[in-house]
Amino acid sequence: METASKKSFITRDILKSSIIGAFKKLNPVFMIKNPVMFVVEIGFIFVLVLTFFPNMLDDGGDRHARLYNAIVASILLVTILFANFAEAIAEGRGKAQVQTLKKTKTSTEARMLLADGTLVMKQAEELKKGDIVLVRAGEIIPNDGEVIEGIATVDESAITGESAPVVKERGGDFSSVTGGTTVTSDWLKIEITSLPGESFLDKMIALIEGASRKRTPNEIALNTLLVSLTIIFLLVVVTLYPMTTYLHVDIPIATLIALIVCLIPTTIGGLLSAIGIAGMDRVTQFNVIAMSGKAVEACGDVDTLILDKTGTITYGNRQASEFSPVQGVASETLIRAAWLSSLTDDTPEGKSILSLARTLNVNDADEKTITETSKHISFTAQTRMSGLDMKNGPEIRKGAYDSMKNRSIAAGQVIPKDLEGLVNRVSSLGGTPLVVTEDDKILGVIYLKDVVKSGLKERFEQLRAMGIKTIMCTGDNPLTAATIAKEAGVDSFVAESKPEDKINLIKAEQALGKIVAMTGDGTNDAPALAQANVGLAMNSGTNAAKEAANMVDLDSNPTKIIEVVEIGKQLLMTRGALTTFSIANDVAKYFAIIPAMLMVAVPEMSALNVMQLNSPTSAIISALLFNAIIIPLLIPIALKGVHYKPMSTEKLLKRNLLHFGLGGVIAPFIGIKLLDLMTGPILTMMGL
Amino acid sequence: MWQIALVLLVYLPLVIGIGHYLYHVTMQKKTWLDPVMDRIDTIIFKFSGVKRVDMTGKQYVLALILSNAIMVFIGYVILRIQSVLSFNPNDIGNMEATLSFNTIVSFITNTNLQHYSGESGLSYLAQMLVITFMMFTSAATGYAACMAFCRRLVAKTDTLGNFFVDIVRVTTRILLPISFIVAMILVVQGTPQTFNANETAQTIEGKMQDIALGPVASLESIKHVGTNGGGYYGANSTTPFENPTVISNIVEILSMMLLPGACVVAFGLMVASRRKKVLFGKQGMVIFAGMGILFLIGLVTCYMAERAGNPIIDTLGITQDLGSMEGKEMRFGVAQSALFTVVTTAFTTGTVNNMHDTLTPLGGMVAMFNMMLNVVFGGKGVGLMNMMMYVLLTIFIACLMIGRTPQFLGKKIEEKEMKLIALCILIHPAIILVFSAIAVTTVAGIAGITNPGAHGLSQVLYEYASSSANNGSGFEGLADNSTYWNVTTGLAMFFGRYLAIIIQLTIASLLATKLWHSETVGTLKTDNAMFTFMLVAVVLMIGALTFLPALALGPITEHLQIRS
Repeated sequence: METASKKSFITRDILKSSIIGAFKKLNPVFMIKNPVMFVVEIGFIFVLVLTFFPNMLDDGGDRHARLYNAIVASILLVTILFANFAEAIAEGRGKAQVQTLKKTKTSTEARMLLADGTLVMKQAEELKKGDIVLVRAGEIIPNDGEVIEGIATVDESAITGESAPVVKERGGDFSSVTGGTTVTSDWLKIEITSLPGESFLDKMIALIEGASRKRTPNEIALNTLLVSLTIIFLLVVVTLYPMTTYLHVDIPIATLIALIVCLIPTTIGGLLSAIGIAGMDRVTQFNVIAMSGKAVEACGDVDTLILDKTGTITYGNRQASEFSPVQGVASETLIRAAWLSSLTDDTPEGKSILSLARTLNVNDADEKTITETSKHISFTAQTRMSGLDMKNGPEIRKGAYDSMKNRSIAAGQVIPKDLEGLVNRVSSLGGTPLVVTEDDKILGVIYLKDVVKSGLKERFEQLRAMGIKTIMCTGDNPLTAATIAKEAGVDSFVAESKPEDKINLIKAEQALGKIVAMTGDGTNDAPALAQANVGLAMNSGTNAAKEAANMVDLDSNPTKIIEVVEIGKQLLMTRGALTTFSIANDVAKYFAIIPAMLMVAVPEMSALNVMQLNSPTSAIISALLFNAIIIPLLIPIALKGVHYKPMSTEKLLKRNLLHFGLGGVIAPFIGIKLLDLMTGPILTMMGL
Repeated sequence: MWQIALVLLVYLPLVIGIGHYLYHVTMQKKTWLDPVMDRIDTIIFKFSGVKRVDMTGKQYVLALILSNAIMVFIGYVILRIQSVLSFNPNDIGNMEATLSFNTIVSFITNTNLQHYSGESGLSYLAQMLVITFMMFTSAATGYAACMAFCRRLVAKTDTLGNFFVDIVRVTTRILLPISFIVAMILVVQGTPQTFNANETAQTIEGKMQDIALGPVASLESIKHVGTNGGGYYGANSTTPFENPTVISNIVEILSMMLLPGACVVAFGLMVASRRKKVLFGKQGMVIFAGMGILFLIGLVTCYMAERAGNPIIDTLGITQDLGSMEGKEMRFGVAQSALFTVVTTAFTTGTVNNMHDTLTPLGGMVAMFNMMLNVVFGGKGVGLMNMMMYVLLTIFIACLMIGRTPQFLGKKIEEKEMKLIALCILIHPAIILVFSAIAVTTVAGIAGITNPGAHGLSQVLYEYASSSANNGSGFEGLADNSTYWNVTTGLAMFFGRYLAIIIQLTIASLLATKLWHSETVGTLKTDNAMFTFMLVAVVLMIGALTFLPALALGPITEHLQIRS
């Protein structure tokens, strides 16, 4: 993901369209949505008029007024363009991402099945909710829907990027199909479940493009703050004018406008929407679709993460790691029996038993004949065991302890005394014990180990430092659950949990005032996903789950919720950091502009010219230039987000205060001084 | 210098003690005055028909506004017809309409800006029934609003507390007893307390002089305890009758500082007591420390500036070994005067023991800046509420910087609250700057300005800062008893007081009904030194940035000019 984001940071196409976009956005109709920059635009128009008619307001009739006004006007214009450019570039990057998606959307034709059984060709856009279509191999599914008949493989790479086709069939967790994906084998009868233009794909495109971007609650609140600061500074400067007039201090209108623009928070005001768009974008780059920016924001606040054990904390598949024979049975016997029991077993667990047996040098010379001649006994929820019946040979079984014990007792066999000890040992290690029998005689236990994903323990430790509690949900018995919980380093766990336990757990946490995030995929997860403050559904999951969640992970990787939480935090931090920086900048700008403004009338003011700036004019121009240039310089931070490493809140606050607060005070002193050194001589040459 | 240190040292244990007492009164817990006061309260409630039921935020604000409006109406009538009422041994005439408007708004808003001289403008009845009465009720109103505000921040419901109960309890349990003690000390120090008419004495030169007397000590005590500031005499606490000795001066300083500081302590206890009993709640300590730092910065600046003296006086050949003594009382000197000035403007009392007009430019700027910030302890509870606006603003920015959506005491600060917080912070500078700008552009406004140049602008800025902050001290020198100045400062006081209180209580109501979120290691700590630092920085940033241009034109220019 890292490399992908670096590669696509700014391409030539995005750059070109962003520059054009920056000019297009000058239209006051767009500008008024961003009040801070709108004030700058009004100021620009004002100074522009004053450039052509310098004596309009009887500004003293300075012969240089026209040139000075022209310079101020052009810097103001550049400031607006930079801010527009930042927004355009954020939008542009999003647009690039959906180009491919859009291609899949173009002119799909579908075969609609009418009530009388006839087929009619229809454009995808004309399909209504409830229509039934038939899609054959090689055709594109026209819109989101549910499979009502048929079984087929579907290529969902257009959406997930995953190239392996997925099997879709009626019922269960694999019945939902997404518009824009391709059927690669067989056929499906699909009932359309969404209106044209409102499919998952359409929503994604709209979300990423930012076309339907609604400003998030926090962004609106921050915007309110920025607007009020703008009003305060407008008041400050507007009331300053009569006061200076009263004191007979002459200040050109252009200078007052320059002061306003320098003081109002243009830096954050210009970058605010870019930060929001880019935040959503970063989530998208992780192949997660957030249904709203609000969800991403809520991520930053998550206090409790509820995680499924299987697939999230541990790899979905358990691995055989040990064979323990009961007393009186040779190790080789057990290994051979375990190997036999799994020969026809296609599950990942079965395969891992085979490979473990092979590494333990099982005699597998007769594999082919056995497979061909034996009868496969598959696992069912009732029997809770599987295995095979060899032709003229023994019945080999492996399965859950209880079922195997009962079966053995029923067959009149003696239960080995050390069996329970072996089983308990495996459980206490966090594993799943499988008991192996040959003709109902118990041979020993296979230790199926739950493997905790690597690096998770460290992740959870970081989360703890950030103040996020992790709770593991599992159907395992408490003993197994406790062991896995300890190994993974989660804060607490719920064992033997049923789907409804999850929603109760979420409600309980929320009653304690916590913000809860969870992942889920099945239909029975849907209520919990809806109840959670942040619900991340797997794309492989059912439509119900996806509808209920506020985010969908296209890669169906539940661990990703951790990254999404970090992105949410980063988004908020970027806003906070740049706001702080923007306000802190004002200190230096004051020290540049106030003495410069008053120096002509009150020569003693030069004592406050701490930066030793060349002349009043160059001081004002430099401050204004700095104010403009800082915007593009901060675009990378706005788009990528401030650097974030999980750490305690105190450290984080201290670090950001140092970088953006103190840095925000110091940087403009240096920047304005440097700009003054450059512009000073030029302005002198121009006679200003 | 040691005098200043001593006063501050005595202040700390006092404020903590009174803070605990205030907390008990506010939260309806047991206090040692209960056996007596409960009976008095019951009689008052029975007599006035007050039912002790909890009010919603809206009802509370309405009760506050309505009761204040009734007091304004009665007070206005008394001022207009005082000449025919009793208790008027000195035959004082009726007060003029705009001056009456200004006076009544001034006292109901706890500003006590005086465009009249008490000894020649008010009858004894008006002094007691309007001035002293309102000194109690306006202070009690401020405290009640603050209590309602603080309670809502820590509560999970918007329906709690009754305005009338609060105002009665604050008056009977805090204002009356403390004022009584302070008045006694002042009487001992030599302040008059009498209903007799003015004395006429023969001076050494053989001329006749009226010595103005009256119920001075009783007014003087509540004037400070309630951070009111309106003097019995026009010259306020500079006169030997209002403030006879250094001891009375220290008592008056401490009385001003007592309750605003105690409010912060009480708030800290409210937050902390959700868990356990403490001496000084951490949250309160953080805010107290923030205010304290701002206070000390101002105090040191003012003291140094006054100590250094005025270079122009130097050129006149007058020695300034004692510092700049122009406009100061010999019995107080620079230290006691500077402390009094900073306290009276920081705690927005508005009483003066020296003429602020004659402070050095920087010393005067400190006084002005304290009122422009209006959060350095501030007056009678409203100072704490104003500071809380900055606390919420700081939290908003700080929370974002750690990647959380903003929350304080478990309540989220969202768009609606932010809008109101921003509006509240905006009102004060808007009033000061807009009215000042109008004053210097209108003939009627300029007519009041008695000094040329930068100092004239300072006079104007000071007057409106004092009005909007409900401080009430005057830079003096301004010819302010004119229709223009009476009306504009009246409006500034009115908006500065009621808009802020209404908005602040609305914010508290909004927060009270919000879903509560837990505080974990991941949420922002608002009770450590780091937060104090941020809070001070935000106050200075917004405060300094807003007023710096105006201050640069006024006191800063003046300072640079007299030093060049």
